[in-house]
Amino acid sequence: MSTPSVESTTLTTELDGPGRRLYWAAADSWTIVRRGLTHYVRQPSNIAWQLGFPIVSVLLFGYVFGSAMSVPGGGDYREFLMPGMFGMTMAMGFMNTAYVVVYDTARGVTDRFRSMPMAPSAVVTGRGGSDLIGASLDLLVLGLTALVVGWRSDGGLLATLGGFALFLLLRFALIWVGVWLGMLVPNEEAAGSLFAVAFPFAMISSVFVAPALMPDWLGAIAMWNPVSSTVTAARELFGNPVALGDSWVEQNALLMAVVWPLVITAVFLPLAVRRFQRLSR
Amino acid sequence: MISTEPAIVAKGLRKHYKDKRALDGFDLVVPQGTVYGLLGPNGAGKTTAVRILATLVRLDGGQAEVAGFNVATQARQVRRRIGFTGQYAAVDEVLTGRQNLRMFGRLFHLGAKGAIRRADELLEQFGLVDAADKGIKEYSGGMRRRLDLAASMILAPQVLFLDEPTTGLDPRGRNEVWEAVRSLVAEGTTVLLTTQYLDEADQLAERIAVIDRGRVIADDTPAELKNHIGGDRVEVVAHEVADIPAVAKVVARVSSGEPEIDGESRRVHGAVTDRVGALTEVARTLQDAGVGVEDIGLRRPTLDEVFLTLTGHPAEEEPSTAEQTEKEEEKQ
Ligand SMILES: Nc1ncnc2c1ncn2[C@@H]1O[C@H](COP(=O)(O)OP(=O)(O)OP(=O)(O)O)[C@@H](O)[C@H]1O
Ligand SMILES: [Mg+2]
Repeated sequence: MSTPSVESTTLTTELDGPGRRLYWAAADSWTIVRRGLTHYVRQPSNIAWQLGFPIVSVLLFGYVFGSAMSVPGGGDYREFLMPGMFGMTMAMGFMNTAYVVVYDTARGVTDRFRSMPMAPSAVVTGRGGSDLIGASLDLLVLGLTALVVGWRSDGGLLATLGGFALFLLLRFALIWVGVWLGMLVPNEEAAGSLFAVAFPFAMISSVFVAPALMPDWLGAIAMWNPVSSTVTAARELFGNPVALGDSWVEQNALLMAVVWPLVITAVFLPLAVRRFQRLSR
Repeated sequence: MISTEPAIVAKGLRKHYKDKRALDGFDLVVPQGTVYGLLGPNGAGKTTAVRILATLVRLDGGQAEVAGFNVATQARQVRRRIGFTGQYAAVDEVLTGRQNLRMFGRLFHLGAKGAIRRADELLEQFGLVDAADKGIKEYSGGMRRRLDLAASMILAPQVLFLDEPTTGLDPRGRNEVWEAVRSLVAEGTTVLLTTQYLDEADQLAERIAVIDRGRVIADDTPAELKNHIGGDRVEVVAHEVADIPAVAKVVARVSSGEPEIDGESRRVHGAVTDRVGALTEVARTLQDAGVGVEDIGLRRPTLDEVFLTLTGHPAEEEPSTAEQTEKEEEKQ
């Protein structure tokens, strides 16, 4: 049995002073991000599942229903659908965030972090960082799939990147919803039932169909759904068929695709932080 | 460096959840370098006490210092000097053992190289070298617990909190964990552990605080505590119901009080002080008299018996449904 080198491990870095504090907050976040990335490496099948649903949806809606679906104002349905698929994947992504948070909290990993001298904010920012990296990976794979089925962006490089940035912005905002919900539900089984929230949230939107084709009341909900704003704005940026209605929120999709995520963040980031602090109640 | 200041001082700790009092005037002083056992039944307040001392839960009243720092106002200083192992093994199940320890090492700010070196040391110290690169899902309960302990030992903490470190483990797993704890203690760490087993407290702890309804009702060495409640017992299981009176007569000769008889299980037991002497005498006398015996042995008083003696009421089991909902609330 070896004697631990106590000298080498006693703490030399005291976490005081704003500079050091900021440094460690960043370093600790990066450690948590690395943890998330290691999860991807150790469980590649998880990515497959995560991406399976949108890819299957692409094939189902694009080819099975595609011929029966029409885009108001004209245009190819598959061209219309692809940005919707990107948006749906981002919208459902908060379930992954929530799941990991529940898992960590239920298994005591969160408590272990909280009992350590690390920066408390890193637990959450690190989570956000690895989720965004995961989401970028999602978008990359989906983008390639979309190219294979014939989708193209005619918007030029800058607009195309802008479109993808909007998707990541939406995903970023939803991280806080995921963290908050993850601390709200008691266990992993309950986290599974978040699907009942995620599904309508993603579906009652302009992802598959133009809100104009829905019954009025449903169309109004779909129109104001943040997912719709992001998807519509991306369609405009990509130069894909848009099926614009003449309501204000649809006409200003680009603006709303930025405003909505900011609003969501402004509401749910403090809620998530408060919930985290309430763990010590 | 050597100071005589206690490692843990808790004065009048109070904590309530709605109208339920989890801690109700909890006092404890743990000198440096000792192993202290917190013993109590379900719902006594063990976890709450440990979580408050480990800065995870805010207290509603009273004062607590760990390693000389106030848990409420100097949480960060406390966190640099403690290790905490919760009631459930808190390791990342997707990662390998080595990856877990390296991650926690970085979060303890050892730096990349320091974390790698410390992980290797701990894997060796806790006998996990062979399993180091396996995923935690392949670990046994005992191995998980040892990894959990290793993670709490990354900074060689001054004070280590262990909440029911062996609950749910088989005897082999328990022994593995006990060994690991002993090796930490040998290095001078102060340990506060909670348990529901008198046996475990007896094995590991130099002193035991018995908790009931959020307060300490007895605080003593295991030997004194056992003396106080009548020490160990000789127990005989008779072959036939008809033999019970004969057995009881023999047990009565060596035990300090009236032997207790459980007719249904044909069990007779009595408190003894000279453990081995009493056992040999009972065995010999019964054999000489030709009384049929199914089983004979020494056993420690159970927690229930400790409680009955100390409090006059049995250890209360909470209705399991209420307990579950409370546990779930705890996680939120
Ligand atoms: N978060 C919480 N919300 C509500 N009640 C709680 C919470 N945590 C603990 N309690 C209650 O406080 C009391 C003490 O609980 P605690 O978990 O400290 O007991 P314990 O001695 O650790 O029990 P066990 O042996 O079951 O682990 C119990 O009645 C419990 O139901
Ligand atoms: Mg407990």
